[in-house]
Amino acid sequence: MRPYIREEKDFSFSEVPENTSFEAGYLTTVNSGWRSIRPVISAAKCVGCEQCYLYCPDGVISIKDGKAVIDYDFCKGCGICAKICKIQAIEMEAECK
Amino acid sequence: MSKKFLSGNEAFAEGIRLARPQVISAYPITPQTIVVERLSEMVEDGSLSAEYVHVESEHSALSCAIGASAAGARAFTATSSQGLLYMAECLYYAAGGRFPIVMMNADRSTALPWNIYGDQRDSLSQLDSGWIQSYAENAQEALDLALMSYKIAEDKRVQTPYMANLDGFVLTHTYETVDIPARGQADKFLPPYETDNRIDFDSPKNMAFSAGPDTNYIFKYKEHKGILAAAEVITETEKEFAEIFGRHYTGLTENYRTEDAEYIIVTLGSIAGLCRETADKLRENGVKAGVVRIRYMRPFPNKEIADVLRNVKAYAVLEKDISFGNEGTVFTNVNSALKKAGVDVKGYNFIGGLGGRNISAGDIENIYTSIAKGTESVNFIGIGGEDNGK
Amino acid sequence: MANKVADSISREEYFYGHKACAGCGGSLAVRAALKVLGQNAVSVLPAGCMSAVGFNFPQLCFSNNSIISTFAGTASMLTGVEAGLRARGYKDFTAVGFAGDGGTADIGIQALSGAIDRNDNIIYICYDNEAYMNTGIQKSGLTPFGAKTTTTPAGANIHGNIRPKKNMFEIAAAHDIPYAATASVGYIYDFIQKVQKASQIQGTKYIHVIAPCPTGWGVAPDATVDIAKEVVDCGLWYLAEYENGTFKLNHKPKEFTDVTAYLKKQGRFKHLTDDDIQIITASRDKKWEFIDKNFEL
Repeated sequence: MRPYIREEKDFSFSEVPENTSFEAGYLTTVNSGWRSIRPVISAAKCVGCEQCYLYCPDGVISIKDGKAVIDYDFCKGCGICAKICKIQAIEMEAECK
Repeated sequence: MSKKFLSGNEAFAEGIRLARPQVISAYPITPQTIVVERLSEMVEDGSLSAEYVHVESEHSALSCAIGASAAGARAFTATSSQGLLYMAECLYYAAGGRFPIVMMNADRSTALPWNIYGDQRDSLSQLDSGWIQSYAENAQEALDLALMSYKIAEDKRVQTPYMANLDGFVLTHTYETVDIPARGQADKFLPPYETDNRIDFDSPKNMAFSAGPDTNYIFKYKEHKGILAAAEVITETEKEFAEIFGRHYTGLTENYRTEDAEYIIVTLGSIAGLCRETADKLRENGVKAGVVRIRYMRPFPNKEIADVLRNVKAYAVLEKDISFGNEGTVFTNVNSALKKAGVDVKGYNFIGGLGGRNISAGDIENIYTSIAKGTESVNFIGIGGEDNGK
Repeated sequence: MANKVADSISREEYFYGHKACAGCGGSLAVRAALKVLGQNAVSVLPAGCMSAVGFNFPQLCFSNNSIISTFAGTASMLTGVEAGLRARGYKDFTAVGFAGDGGTADIGIQALSGAIDRNDNIIYICYDNEAYMNTGIQKSGLTPFGAKTTTTPAGANIHGNIRPKKNMFEIAAAHDIPYAATASVGYIYDFIQKVQKASQIQGTKYIHVIAPCPTGWGVAPDATVDIAKEVVDCGLWYLAEYENGTFKLNHKPKEFTDVTAYLKKQGRFKHLTDDDIQIITASRDKKWEFIDKNFEL
């Protein structure tokens, strides 16, 4: 299972662990706010070659039903996927508000 | 149970064998080397079942022990002086990570100048690091502390690494007959290490992480509480130790003829024996002399020190270190304990034994005489007159 | 369309939600390696980019066991972790370290050498972004000749870093290590296969992967993979392995691409003169003479 966002919580005195070890894959913030542009995959064009999935530094691309899909909570908009796609199935668009 | 004629180092190694460490990281440095040598022989002959790792430096020795402890294994290493300082970064790391590693430190002078003999500057300079620190007086105590150390360190209320200090050469290399407990009794006393603070394939952990301004202080507070909790655990452990092995220890301090004493020397380690003999001699001459041996510098025995010094006319702190630019560290700690308890008595610092210099019975007698008369706050034994330690 | 390499590694993400820069080559290397090694990988990371972006309590970005080591202590902590897990009776796990170039070639080299010497059963992966990037781009032992960093500024007198990269791959090989390899995140299939291979070998394994840092190299965030490919294509980096006493070259470009083009598209090399580039090209050629003579193909 990948690290995932947990319910928001304040780490008060009793919730801070006794030692410096804690549950693996515990996330409390997303990275979507980093983007000024976002990749958009054309499902029609995508052939599921998995290049974008392999080369994404943040691992936000996965393959569902043979097509690449993006987890926009954690995509930083770096654009590597758009560049690596050999058939230009991914375009970088302005991040809409 | 068997009796053997062993050096302090060898006795400590016997205690470690009984504690069943699972990973030992070994690097040589005088005067500790014999401990890791003996342990390697025990691994070779099968009487100690441990992973013995030949690390390439002391920093790696403790780093390896931290890794092993993070894996949930009982870890041991040993060092001294330059090595202790080289791994200093890792001392804070292990303590902050709450890894109950046991490390033997042979108290030795620190360069410059280079010196291989015993004084207490190395370990006392690291009191802030978060490790429990004990100071043994003789080989039997060293052996017993080796066995007790893991029980104290691993206690759920404590979870703090433990530095067992032995005076370099005067204890590490002197011989006495020691009682080695039986394996079965040791196993009864010290069960295997169990913890949540470890790599776990069923519920994975991220460990040794960063904590920013909003939570860091909470981690540090808990670390502080953990080492403070060791005081109670030490008392409990010594009680259980006495029940199983028949030897009694007295907690954070050991008092000798202090009940009605007017003049007390507070000291650490093996010099305490000579202090007691001197106190006896003075008693015969009508001087109400007493000795307090601090067994644990961390957690510091604030209450015990305040109680034992409350009614004296004067006390001296005899230590083998100096915090340059001020005074001996033990003196600082003792004075603070008194101040916190509202105890107002005259105290004096005697710095001796640096670089392995001998402290004689005459020197100790002079201490009792000086504090009765009144003297400088900070005195370097052997340096008299105008240069005497201002 | 099936992608065999993608199918041969885990579909899980073990390094996710981290705060690395957009387009970070180092995070790609760590992510890919952990997908090869799987759930029972135990990773050790020293102070550096990957630990700094992945372990800020309570944002903990590794979904399998992971621990930060001291800066100098990656390899020695790895040794301890491996020994400790084995002492506790665990058999099915892989101890892997991910250290940067500074944490490997400079401050970490002593512990690395010790671990290789002991032949501890660990994989040590150096993600090389060619400077101390986490502290803001300072020169390390693996910063290439001519690179501008904050401690080797490109001025009129001195044109950036004046020392060549230490050859960590050959240093590891000189220990007669069971397996060492060079890789690049620009050739991710090759890197994945090398991690797979290392995971099957007993003893110490060293993999050196070029992992460009867009921030420090002065390229756009989407250029990481392309520039990681180009450094191999122009011959300034080579893909090779050392195994059983033999050096093997994995990829020989038929013709090198233009070194000048590679250098000039990066902010850290923009100041280089023709003479500087001549030096760089000559040293590349000299290295390839050595490779041609000593590496098997």
